[in-house]
Amino acid sequence: MSDDTITPTRPPAVPATTPPAAQSPAPRRRVLQRDGAWPWLFVSPLAAGIAVFFVWPVLQTAYYSFTTWGVFGGSTFTGLANYARLVVDPQLWTALGNTLVYTGIVLLGVPLAVWLASLLNTPGLRFASFYRVLFFLPYVAMPTAIAMVWRIIFNGDFGVLNYLLGRVGIEGPYWISTPGAANVAVALVGLWSSLGFAMIILGAGLKSVPPELYEAAELDGATPWRQFRSVTVPLLTPSIFFVLIITIISSFQLFDLQFAILGSQNPVLPKSLSLVYFFYQQGFIANDKGYAAAIAMFIFVLIGLVTLLQFRLQKKWVQS
Amino acid sequence: MSRPSSAPRRGVRRGLSVVSAAVGVALVAAGCSSAGGPAAAADYEAAPSDLSASITYGVWDQAQVAAIDANLEGFAELYPDIDVSVNVTPYADYFTKLQTQASSDSLPDLFWLNGPNFQLYASNGKIEPVTGAVEAGDIDTGDYPEALVDLYSLDDVQYGVPKDMDTIGVWVNEALFEQAGVPLPEADWTWDDFQETAATISEALASEGAYGGAGGMDGQTTYYDTIFQAGGEVVADDGTASGYGTPEAEEGLQFWTDLIASGGSPSIQQLTDTPADQWFTSGKLAMYWGGSWLNAAVSDSPVSATTDVLPLPAGEEQATVIHGVSNVVAASSENKQAAQALQVYLASEEAQQQQGDLGAVIPAFTGTQQGFVDSAPDRDLQVFLDAVDYAVPLPVSKNAAAWNALENADLPGAFSGDEPVAEVASSLGERMTALLEKE
Repeated sequence: MSDDTITPTRPPAVPATTPPAAQSPAPRRRVLQRDGAWPWLFVSPLAAGIAVFFVWPVLQTAYYSFTTWGVFGGSTFTGLANYARLVVDPQLWTALGNTLVYTGIVLLGVPLAVWLASLLNTPGLRFASFYRVLFFLPYVAMPTAIAMVWRIIFNGDFGVLNYLLGRVGIEGPYWISTPGAANVAVALVGLWSSLGFAMIILGAGLKSVPPELYEAAELDGATPWRQFRSVTVPLLTPSIFFVLIITIISSFQLFDLQFAILGSQNPVLPKSLSLVYFFYQQGFIANDKGYAAAIAMFIFVLIGLVTLLQFRLQKKWVQS
Repeated sequence: MSRPSSAPRRGVRRGLSVVSAAVGVALVAAGCSSAGGPAAAADYEAAPSDLSASITYGVWDQAQVAAIDANLEGFAELYPDIDVSVNVTPYADYFTKLQTQASSDSLPDLFWLNGPNFQLYASNGKIEPVTGAVEAGDIDTGDYPEALVDLYSLDDVQYGVPKDMDTIGVWVNEALFEQAGVPLPEADWTWDDFQETAATISEALASEGAYGGAGGMDGQTTYYDTIFQAGGEVVADDGTASGYGTPEAEEGLQFWTDLIASGGSPSIQQLTDTPADQWFTSGKLAMYWGGSWLNAAVSDSPVSATTDVLPLPAGEEQATVIHGVSNVVAASSENKQAAQALQVYLASEEAQQQQGDLGAVIPAFTGTQQGFVDSAPDRDLQVFLDAVDYAVPLPVSKNAAAWNALENADLPGAFSGDEPVAEVASSLGERMTALLEKE
């Protein structure tokens, strides 16, 4: 990718009038030490909140994943029993596969968002804010409300989607009650509703691309497509990276959208459910909270690993 | 309203992320208590009228709050110093919350419980038996439908009496019968009559996209009824075995497979997209197996004027599923005497009559139900009350939710004809028995 980059002649990072940075790292450090406990005091409300509502529950869940639960509490330590059961549970691997398919489809929205964001950023575009609001609306709307509407759109007999497909001679499937089609349907809604958020992040990234680069590229005779490929995309990689991380994490946590679109008694569920749905089913329907905690830990570690991997790989493609 | 499975099927509920769910697990854990056995027979003493206490009453149906408030006014005349606050939690979250409250012994003093959840709470000693009030003569179990009284008894201990009831009947759209040129069936019809009528209407109205009958995945209104009508059981041998492996149960399931195969019903996929009750209230379904609770929805729908009710068709025998919600007292309540006083009052003829007259539900007290029948004089709602004579309680066990999930997963394949009914039934039976044995 870096081969395509037109090496930017960067404007000086600091305007010449600014005096050279006076503080070296060493005195800065001393300043910090002199502050004593004060910084910690200011951070403590937030830190306490995170500790109580995030860290502590995660630790407890980790512990409970090694226990078996009675319905109304009262856990007994059973070691690795939940995990032994989990790895041979075919439902786990089905759920993992479904979650990956969903993530894959939603990720298709990232290049789409890059493209749309740069279109919206076209200088002199009229109604740009209006379009931005339009794309961002689905992100603001409640997921369940969105799901209700899509459920009606996807209806096999009376839905508007199959009606439109019928007009062009395609017989649409029963979207939400056919295995496979149900996954695609949910993922399409996920893609659509996450587009707005990605576009806002990417739009902000685009604003930071110096216009001189485009001028220079134009002088060198680069076409708009070439400019997009060689200026926009490379300089946008930090934003793209951020969007990727966020999208993958939220895709792995797919639950509410699927729950609301498919419904809790849909016969395709055993073949279509996501990892978190699987967790919900075991923990809150089957009342097997120890097992559910093990599933939660699996999801937690999985997301951690995938995110770690992304940070490792970013060195290879993200422009600093 | 008291139907146990209505809310989940209608679908939309809480959003939940991994983190908040994990928090949920942890919070439930934080309040864990030692597991108790069933409560011992209660000491009961009717509350003195000057008893002063403040209690909470947990319910899930906002639509019934007006009737509850009316009841509470009557209660306040008897016990002016007992202060009752009504807590409404929507059905979708009710039992998740209740479980958390039970784990930390912070249940409402008096609360609604339904059949599928009753045994779980009773067997873990979370609710107080009502035996004291019965022995003292303050509650007479003979006043309520026997099947429902049985629903709230475990190991011969009575924990509550029903506050309301519902049974199943066939809702018919006379306009579609007329359009199809098919005469309305007689009230003493059989399975064959139903199948034939459904297929004929579907065929005649195919161009309209309308159907004669509809199956579905909701046991209470469909396959539980036919299993009972075939002489089978869903939960057998005092809750230790599944009834699905028997030829009778198989026959009860086959009924719905046949209905779909003949074209008498929309496919399982169609019914997943659009539930059967919506087919009916949209005027696209001639016969719908549905509960008495559908009355309000029908009255609000365009088919209201042409709707009537028939008893369920008979198989080997006549049967319908009956269910009703009960008021129960928390074993952990600190104001047990006051809570029991309210429990007794709400079960009284006076309070039940008021419930019926306000029309929110069919009250369970025999003889107080005329208000429900009168609420739609054009329809033969008496059918639902007459059905009590041959009603069978909703099948439940200590952890009914676990095998309900199996039913939802397995049975659609049998109904759609993708898998042989016999195989599905026997495999479901085996796995369900395994779950029941674990209870």
